[in-house]
Amino acid sequence: MEAFGLLLMGFKVLLTWKILALMMVGLTLGIFVGVLPGLGGPNGVAILLPLTFTMEPTAAIVMLSCIYWGALFGGAITSILFNIPGEAWSVATTFDGYPMAQKGQAAEALTAAFTSSFIGSLVAVLLITFLAPRIASFALRFGPPEFFAVYFLTFCSFVGLGREAKHKTVISLVIGLLLAAIGMDTVSGKLRMTFGSDALLRGVNFLVAVIGLFGISEILLTMEERLALRGHAAAISLRVVLKVWKEMPRYWVTLLRSSAIGCWLGITPGGAIAASFMGYNLAKRFSKDPGSFGKGRIEGVFAPETAAHASGTAALLPMLALGIPGSGTAAILLGGLMVWGLNPGPLLFVEHKDFVWGLIASMYLGNVVGLVIVLTTVPIFAAVLRVPFAAVAPMIVVSCAIGAYAIQNAMFDVWLMLLFGVVGYVFKKVGIPLAPFTLALVLGNRSEDAFRLSMIGAGGDLRVFWSNGLVGSITTLAIILLFWPLIGRIAEGARRMVRPART
Amino acid sequence: MTAPDEVLGAQPEAEEDTSPAVVGRRPVETATLAVVLAFAVLMAWDNWRTGIAWESTGPKAGYFPFYVSVIMAGACLWGLAIEFVRRGTADAPFVRRNQFRRVMQVFVPTLLFVPATQWLGLYVSSFILIAGFMIGVGKLKPWISVVTALVFSVAMFVTFEIAFDVIMPKGPLERLLGY
Repeated sequence: MEAFGLLLMGFKVLLTWKILALMMVGLTLGIFVGVLPGLGGPNGVAILLPLTFTMEPTAAIVMLSCIYWGALFGGAITSILFNIPGEAWSVATTFDGYPMAQKGQAAEALTAAFTSSFIGSLVAVLLITFLAPRIASFALRFGPPEFFAVYFLTFCSFVGLGREAKHKTVISLVIGLLLAAIGMDTVSGKLRMTFGSDALLRGVNFLVAVIGLFGISEILLTMEERLALRGHAAAISLRVVLKVWKEMPRYWVTLLRSSAIGCWLGITPGGAIAASFMGYNLAKRFSKDPGSFGKGRIEGVFAPETAAHASGTAALLPMLALGIPGSGTAAILLGGLMVWGLNPGPLLFVEHKDFVWGLIASMYLGNVVGLVIVLTTVPIFAAVLRVPFAAVAPMIVVSCAIGAYAIQNAMFDVWLMLLFGVVGYVFKKVGIPLAPFTLALVLGNRSEDAFRLSMIGAGGDLRVFWSNGLVGSITTLAIILLFWPLIGRIAEGARRMVRPART
Repeated sequence: MTAPDEVLGAQPEAEEDTSPAVVGRRPVETATLAVVLAFAVLMAWDNWRTGIAWESTGPKAGYFPFYVSVIMAGACLWGLAIEFVRRGTADAPFVRRNQFRRVMQVFVPTLLFVPATQWLGLYVSSFILIAGFMIGVGKLKPWISVVTALVFSVAMFVTFEIAFDVIMPKGPLERLLGY
């Protein structure tokens, strides 16, 4: 129970007035960001990141991760009251959440959503507490080939398991890798792809790209869709909360199943969106009365919310243990770590114990405090949605510009952000996913370094990626995942050959 | 791409937009792929110039990005080939005229806002952008718009300039106030 002692140490780091106050601010901002259409977890964290540049790393990461928890909670409010998912991962929550609100059970639906989010996160945090240190200490033995193999695995699983057209995922990934390589080469010190421009010397900043891709493009998309907001008012009374909590244990199988799905899809880059749909669909399939789903069944709120939050939280596990983010938001948090001069990866657990355990402890505390805040302040946040979008849109534009400028005090970055905004808008509309791009941009330099160091070590022999059992199995797994859809099709074909389909 | 459709489907309030399409989805996709392909070729050429071979200390600086560009060009060609095979089949609109007008309503002011920050300073430009957008595009009451914009800009100034020491571009007004 070494983890337990370290966790207590983490709580000690947290329990100062300053950090607790920052937690509250982060959670409130996060819920706000989650409630507003056109903003969400990754955008909120990216835009608010500059606020933390002058803080010390522990305070900064606590505030940022609290923005993330808050955004996760906030997404549920709009889904249930307004039938507008604030986040893609809240889409499945609308299926039963909104019908419940229409039947006048908005408070029950909200309580169910918040509580199940809390449970999902809690399961994932427990997993992080006990699994992350083990993985990290195991990963300390990794050399460059192993690291490259793990990066490669991450990229391949995006391509193989993503729902988008394969060539589009590949394009998104390699654009990220390529943009990350712009500027000074870290190994030889040579300039590349700068075309003589001074502004490109420092390369394309990850956060500038993210603010443009997620913040600006989302504003353009929201304007295009013109959201008409018409929702239900709700206030949650203690009586309703207790009633829902009393009902909850009956659905323990659903909660457990959704937590497991969420944790699994969070660690592998399947993401919260897939997790929420899968949680919902499985709950429906295993239900005795599947016909009642979609008509306002409380289980239909429990299932996707638990899965989405478990996944959103579990995405931080590979980020902490290996330096590989499991989601877009985790990638942005990782970018933050680098800004504060921390090197994400297994060494973090050795060199910055108080930071890591402070963060893990803040996951526990942040979720408890977050639950209390959302349960008590729902009416206020529901009112936020009645603020006209014409007022919100320019404020978001200004926040994005401030964020982009603050990173390196460069006007060039603001223009770059606008460009990325347009790129993000077009990419989203033609179906090129943005998450692989974000991931590749943040991992680009490190995966290149790992690749080149392994190549140098092996004298240019690609067989280095099969030189021992560990690296060999990771690389092989990566290649299997890359061709997974193809393998699936061949297996399907083979089955038909053996047993002809009856038609 | 199932999730966004469901997002749209989940909004019974949004009325059907029947204005003519400005451009179809397929031409935009083809153009995007072509632009990315051109970018890949440009980058591959630049990296080839930097050097993609091996020297005594290992691969040269252009080695890794060169092969990344090659993969990118390959993926674009594959996508273009798919588009070529599918040509002539039914297409969905990329953006309709009403939608495009709304997108421009927010994009053009943003585009003007960026150079304005350089001479008016960020906070004054923000005030103008927010107030102008609320009155011009949102058709909100002028006094509400002005007050909202003022409160927001001042709050930003206090947060960044005073509380967090984050330096933003400043203009004549800030100089007048002594910052």
